[in-house]
Order: sequence, then C-alpha cells, then structure tokens
Amino acid sequence: MVHAAIRGETSFLNEVIEETPHGERLLHCIQCGSCGGSCPNGPDMDYSPRAIFGMIQAGERERVLSANTQWMCVSCYYCTTRCPQQIPITDILYTLKRMSVRAGLAKGTDAPALAKSFVHYVDNYGRAFELGLATRFYLLNKPLAMVKMGPLGLKMLAHGRMSFLPTRIKNLKQLQAIIQKARELGEKS
Amino acid sequence: MKYAFYPGCSLECSSAAYAQSIAAVCRLLGIELAEVEDWNCCGATEYHSLHRLTAAAVIARNLALVDGSLTELVAPCAACFLNLKKVDHQMSEDPAWASKVNAALAAGGLMYEPGRVKVRHLVEVLHSDVGEEGIRRRVKQPLRGLKVAPYYGCQIVRPYKDVDNTEYPMKLDELMSWVEAEVVPYPTKAACCGGHMTQISEAQAYELLRRLLQSAEDAGADVILTMCPMCQLNLDAYQSGVNSYFGTKFRIPILFFTQVLGLAFGLPLKQLGFGKEIVAAIPILKQKVPAALAAASAG
Ligand code: SF4
Ligand code: SF4
Repeated sequence: MVHAAIRGETSFLNEVIEETPHGERLLHCIQCGSCGGSCPNGPDMDYSPRAIFGMIQAGERERVLSANTQWMCVSCYYCTTRCPQQIPITDILYTLKRMSVRAGLAKGTDAPALAKSFVHYVDNYGRAFELGLATRFYLLNKPLAMVKMGPLGLKMLAHGRMSFLPTRIKNLKQLQAIIQKARELGEKS
Repeated sequence: MKYAFYPGCSLECSSAAYAQSIAAVCRLLGIELAEVEDWNCCGATEYHSLHRLTAAAVIARNLALVDGSLTELVAPCAACFLNLKKVDHQMSEDPAWASKVNAALAAGGLMYEPGRVKVRHLVEVLHSDVGEEGIRRRVKQPLRGLKVAPYYGCQIVRPYKDVDNTEYPMKLDELMSWVEAEVVPYPTKAACCGGHMTQISEAQAYELLRRLLQSAEDAGADVILTMCPMCQLNLDAYQSGVNSYFGTKFRIPILFFTQVLGLAFGLPLKQLGFGKEIVAAIPILKQKVPAALAAASAG
C-alpha cells in the first residue's frame, strides 16, 4: 500500500480527520486488527475497520465510502476502548456514514433510510415516534417486511407499549430555529 | 438528593415499565427527579449518522434547558446518556466546537456552558450516591433464590471509562447483590444487543440477541436485567423472532433493574410496570420468590 501523502492525494484522509474529533489519531494506526477482532459485526463487514483505515490512508475514497463497514457498525465502542493507539474508531465510522450519504455512495443498506425517517420525526415533532418511524421506514423501504412485523406490532399494542400519536414538544419553533441554524453552520455536515 | 431528569422518548410509551419503576423506586429512596422542561429527542444513533453539528445542537438544547440550580442530569437510557455526555465532553475539550454549537443554540435564545452539567446514568446514582447502606436498609423482601443476569450493554460503559469497567462492569451486579438476588456470572454482560439492527438486518440482529440469550441460559439465569429501553425491547420483543429464526426455545423474561429493585423494596406490582414485558415474568417470580411476589401483589 502506498501512503496517500506520498502519492500527493491527501484530501480524503484530511477530510476524514477534519470531521472527527481526535481524527488525527488515525495516522497512528499500527494495523494490529484488534478493532475487527472485537467487532460483533466484523464477519459481515466488507472490510474490517483496520482495512478501512489502510484504505483511507491510501486515498481510496470511493471504495471506502461504498463499503458496508460503517453501516454494519452498531456503535458498541468495543473497538474504540480496545484500540492500543486510542483511535476514535466508532466516531470515524460515523464520519464515513455522513460522507458516504453526501457522496451518494451508501448503497445496499437500509440504515441511511432509517436514519432519515428518524431525523424527520425529530425535526418535525421534537420527539421520536416509534410507530410512525416503523411504518414510515417500512412503507418507504420494505413493505414486505412490514407485513412480517405486523404480529410484533400487535403484541406491543396489547402490552400498552405502542402509541398511535406522536408527541410534539411545546417549543418546536425554538428547536427548529436551532436546527436550521446548525444546518447552515454545519456546511456539509 | 435532587437531580435533573432526562427521560428520553422510549420511556413515554414503549418502556413505560421503566418510567414507572424508576419513579416508584426513586420516590422511596428520597431521590427527587426534576424532568427537564420541554426536552427533545436525543437523536439516538441516527441523527449523527447524517448531520454532525445539528445532532450536537439538538442534544445540547436539552443540556441548556437544565434548571440552573441543578448540576447533575440523570438519563436512564443508554443512547440518551451517551449522547448527552458526549456532547458535553466534546464541547468541553474543543472550545471552537463549543462556540459553533452555541451559535446554533443562540438561534433559539439558548446557550450551554460546557461542563456545567454532569451527565450520569441512573445505575451510577443508585450504586454510588445512595450506596450499599441506603439500598440495604430499604430491603423488605430479599430476593434470595432469584437468579439474575445483569446486562449492561454498550453505551453506558463505553467509550467513557469513568462509569464502570468497560469490559466486565460490576455496578449492577453489586446493586442486585445488596437486595440479595443471586447474581450469575454473565460473560456477555457488556456485549451488544444490536441497537437498531433489528429494523435493518434481521440476520445480524438475531445472531447478536441469540448470543446474549444463550449466555444467560447457560448461566442458569431466571431473568435478564437491563438498564436501557433499547436493550429491553430487542431482547424481549424479538425473542420469539430469534426462536423461530434459530429453532431455539428461549423463554427468558427481560426486566428493567428498577422493577426488580422495587420488588425487593416491597413496592406494589402495579407501581413497577410488571405485565408490560412480552415474555411474561410473573410465573417465574411466583416460583422463585413467592413471598416477595405475594407481598407486591397485595400492595
Ligand atoms: S485497533 Fe487501532 S491500531 Fe489496531 S488496527 Fe484497529 S485502528 Fe489500527
Ligand atoms: S463500534 Fe462499530 S466497528 Fe467498533 S466494534 Fe462496535 S460495531 Fe464494530
């Protein structure tokens, strides 16, 4: 692997570093593999975090951003606490999630669609709405799975654990003003 | 003892049993929880998958709304707890980031001074602030004979290392031993429940849940205790899904740790939200701790 800095192609690496608190630690990766070995979803990832970090240093933007690795991450933070080099692995994977959505490279996973449905409820009500989230997400993305989830929904209803109406916070205007300002200031993020 | 309280969306409905049992247990222990006025959703793991600054600002609004006379904020959900703690932490260590977040908050007339609020999980408060003495002297129905597997999950004990051991946490174990429940060694106590994977990818989610259920069964646990609404929902509501997927026959009730504490304190069942769990807990409780259950049913 040729280091990106040597090839003069540092922009991808720099973008990842800039968008992640302590992202510069990435440069200290010793390719030990503790991260992948600690990961509950490691076997299902296209590339382990270790391999992804090598590819980021090699400037392989497209391959990294179209990988399923970041979307397989469930934020358990095992890799982060175990990494001998204190690399904020989970946070780097969050950065890759955002970059892959922005680049239109998040494919073959329903995770971005779920995130979008969730954000929709936060932005419009100030609260998550489980029934609405499930129906909106399933209807838009996997109507067949929705039929399968039906019995579970009924069980939840029978146990008084599902509400039909979303709750709206009182000062939604204030939240929305904050959200709008943050979106403006957040440039790309 | 008075704390600001951030319940989080799940406690409003899908985890009402947690909300009820927290209220009952805290009332008994003299812990006053003052709900943050007009709090909003923390965005779970979803918001920062799409927007970094907006996610931080949405979370920081809650920190900014904490009553000025209070300095500690208690969150009972793992995702809420970590989001609040992380935003405070990142604002504290990076002043430039803090001013960006505050510039967004200013559009809503708010501001948050990093470090002003200490974010804590309920289990820390019960374990460390109330402490062994405070818990033990409230016990009316010691839970001798009930085997519990204490499940911590991920985001309460990681990535921050100041809550408990990140690999083999012990606070919930100790808390349960103070009410004399039999705590079984539970090797997967800090492994992952899969979070939102149950919505996205069955195969991955079911395998993670299977490991947790199998490990509890191997340890001989009667119930698994959780301290997060998402962990409870995944293990409880999807347990039959796991069974049909793998041909297993798990029937392990998943309770919130506060429900079981309440039982030991002799609180009435109806104050503790029993009956909302999908894998019913009452039959095994009747068998293992009949006296405690009888007392709670009479109340
Ligand atoms: S554990 Fe850390 S140092 Fe080791 S390969 Fe993973 S990121 Fe690199
Ligand atoms: S935080 Fe993500 S990448 Fe790291 S071990 Fe957990 S699931 Fe794997």
